[in-house]
Amino acid sequence: MVHRSGLNHGDFILEIEDIHMYFGKVAALSGVSLKVRKGDIHSIIGPNGAGKTVMMNCINGLYKPQKGSICYCGQRINHLSPHKRSKLGISRTFQKIELFSGMSVLDNIRLGRHIHMKSGMFSGSLYLGKTAREEILHRRFIEEEIIDLLEIESIRNKTVGMLPYGLQKRVELGRALALEPELLILDEPLAGLNLEEVEDMARFILDVNQEERWQVTCVLVEHDMGVVMDISDRVLVLNFGNAITDGTPKEVQANPEVIRAYLGEEDLYATRR
Amino acid sequence: MEGSGIQVTKDLSIPKLFLLQAKKYGDGKVAMREKEFGIWRPITWAEYLENVKYLSLGFIHLGLEKGDKVAMIGDNRPEGLWTEMAALCAGGVAVWLFQDCLMEEVKYIIDHSDTKFFVGEGQEEVDKGLSILEDCPRLEKILWDDPKGMRGYTQKVLISLKEVMELGKQLDREKPHLFEERIQSTSGDDIALLFYTSGTTALPKGVLLSHYNMLTMGKNLMAVDPCTPEDDFVSYLPFAWIGEQMMSVSCGLQVGFTINFPEEPETAKENIREIGPHVMFAPPRMYEEMTRVVQVKHLDAAWAKRRMYAWAMKVGYRVANMGFEKKAVPWYWKLAGWLAYFSVHKKLRDHLGLSRIRNAYTGGAAMGPDHFRFFHALGVNLKQIYGQTEIAGISVVHRTGDIKFDTVGTPIPDTEVAITEEGEIISRSPSVFLGYYKNPEATESALKDGWLYSGDKGFIDEDGHLVVFDRSKDVMTLRDGRLFSPQYLETRLKFSPYIKDAWIIGHERPYITAVTCIDYNVVGKWADERKINYTSYPELSQKPEVRELIAGQIKEANKDLPVPARIHKYVNLYKEFDADDDELTRTRKLRRAFVEERYRDILEGLYGSGDVIHMETTITYEDGRQSHINTDLHISKLLDEEDL
Repeated sequence: MVHRSGLNHGDFILEIEDIHMYFGKVAALSGVSLKVRKGDIHSIIGPNGAGKTVMMNCINGLYKPQKGSICYCGQRINHLSPHKRSKLGISRTFQKIELFSGMSVLDNIRLGRHIHMKSGMFSGSLYLGKTAREEILHRRFIEEEIIDLLEIESIRNKTVGMLPYGLQKRVELGRALALEPELLILDEPLAGLNLEEVEDMARFILDVNQEERWQVTCVLVEHDMGVVMDISDRVLVLNFGNAITDGTPKEVQANPEVIRAYLGEEDLYATRR
Repeated sequence: MEGSGIQVTKDLSIPKLFLLQAKKYGDGKVAMREKEFGIWRPITWAEYLENVKYLSLGFIHLGLEKGDKVAMIGDNRPEGLWTEMAALCAGGVAVWLFQDCLMEEVKYIIDHSDTKFFVGEGQEEVDKGLSILEDCPRLEKILWDDPKGMRGYTQKVLISLKEVMELGKQLDREKPHLFEERIQSTSGDDIALLFYTSGTTALPKGVLLSHYNMLTMGKNLMAVDPCTPEDDFVSYLPFAWIGEQMMSVSCGLQVGFTINFPEEPETAKENIREIGPHVMFAPPRMYEEMTRVVQVKHLDAAWAKRRMYAWAMKVGYRVANMGFEKKAVPWYWKLAGWLAYFSVHKKLRDHLGLSRIRNAYTGGAAMGPDHFRFFHALGVNLKQIYGQTEIAGISVVHRTGDIKFDTVGTPIPDTEVAITEEGEIISRSPSVFLGYYKNPEATESALKDGWLYSGDKGFIDEDGHLVVFDRSKDVMTLRDGRLFSPQYLETRLKFSPYIKDAWIIGHERPYITAVTCIDYNVVGKWADERKINYTSYPELSQKPEVRELIAGQIKEANKDLPVPARIHKYVNLYKEFDADDDELTRTRKLRRAFVEERYRDILEGLYGSGDVIHMETTITYEDGRQSHINTDLHISKLLDEEDL
């Protein structure tokens, strides 16, 4: 897959500098910085209320931080609305599933493809040759790259609301991938899944990150420490809106402050392992 | 073979026939279809030939010599059939493993069969191959075809099918006649398949089948029920099952019908419906599942639909019964039958993928009369097949218009079936196997003077139909000294949509008892509708309402049984029987000796005086986690004391 940015592996794709986000008097983020290299899986961990999801929302534009800068591929994107950011190649999944539950799996994924459709309203409503051809190409991309990758052939025509939770999570990842992102923000993709589903999902994330045709940089928020430490290249630890540390999983695990703030809770670290 | 003009001689081998047919049909006919990326993609005979050719030459390049074993594991897909055919064309022997084989079984089979090449579908199978590599010194290469997840594998022992084909192309340029020479050097007496029987008692045995065995079997079945080259067949059952080989290879090659491969195992039912095959061969559990689907949907349907269904089935059963009794169907029943067909049966059959079915076969295990009658009531020409892997899959089959649901039919041409003095079924035909691999004692006891000793008890009835009673060792003696088949009772219980599996006990016991496994989905739904709370299978199975429900189902089955054969006590098991726990064979036959040992406490409980059996066991999952089960199983009594 050719990425629009033209960045090389190891270049910074996302640079967040000293961002501050307040809700009234509550400081959700106070001066957090994050630099994500292209090709990495960069995880953000921290106890509940540490500001992880706020950080996600700042990256994709749902929240506008009061201070600090967010640069994507060297371009400042603070002022851009979410849909403009997704056009640049930033895509995300949500902690609580945000799919259209009354629509089929295929339709949900197709929606993610919408920003790549070029034909206009007139040609679309008449379904002229150009539109038909374009639609076939998109359909092909969805089948060959997404449905095959996520192994959801048997549910492609099922209504999303009728599916078990684990499969809905997979569909949400599918929709995010339909955007052909260069940066993928995953907000707790493993929450609420059983062991087998966790293993599957972790594998899909690795596939998306490493497979030749995808090579998507991932920012991952997750509580399952086992998986985070296994698959991440770097980990940022947040606590009460402050960054405690940012380093490789090994460094993070050895950091005494992290152990005190978060990992020290032996049970939490041992989740599902 | 009618129509095709193929003479099966000792000289003809599967590769020779393959070459003949591929050249005959060439580009003009679709040999197989695979649903991929949501679309059915055709593969012509010319493409089939080309793929097999290069794969076969690739095998030779890697060092495959005549008689070398090639083991294969994976879902049904064109590449699976290509590798099998390629191995045979190179003079090799094909060994298929079930997809869900555990590591131990894979290791045993690969090692015992002296496999040289192991062909896996993708990462999962490759992992299996790699982990047994050290224990199987004769294993030289592991082949794979699906690149998904394979990016990190750099082991030298691995090679992709694409690379193998490249090697084949290279060899073809050097020696352009090699492929056909190899094919011409094969003969009918060569070994084609080494198939491991599932074995309800001991370790699997390797059955050696020659090309001639396979081809005569196909010829003789096709003589009974000819297929045409225009027919469609869906290949979705494991290639490791002889029944699938029988259709896809033996019959498929001789007739040249189109073989269709589903997209994924999970989409098989949907894909069958899209294709609407003309012929189908499946073990009883597939038909049992279909019956269950219909019964469950019927429970969900609106009042008017339920009434329509009830009426149409009544008509269906009535007309089917006339057929069984070989009576002429009066015109008014014919008319009612047509109405039932157009209003209900046609749509039902379409949903089950049976809209175009001409012959549906079942075999491999016993099928209950209730299921059998159900399909005939729908107008599906369902027939029993009886045979073993040792006779290439089939020796006896029903004939159209001469179907009795308690028999398995009459022998196919060239086949003799007889009953020994002890009541054992023996058979003789050109398809009888060559022997068990590296097991002369077992060969000696199964093969005497060309007769195959099946180990099944049975008799031949007044119409010349074979009646299979049960496995000799499973036949039970009731308290009045009468012999009875536990399998018969089990299949009757399984007609209930709520009962997924059953185990009947009663050999030389004062009364008969049953251990049942509820169907979690169906009973779960039933419980939901009645606002019965439950959190798990064990809990649901012991709910008083559920026990009452199952008791009702068993009482229904008890009704038309002779008094000593009626089930007196039963208990719901806290789990389903599972092949991974060795309770079932891979073809889902109950391994009685094993479950008797494993559930000794339950057995004793059923013949004791108490009402509750306390169970404490530890289950170890595949990933090493353990879970402790501590539960009470409740025994329900079904008969009054005077019936005992």
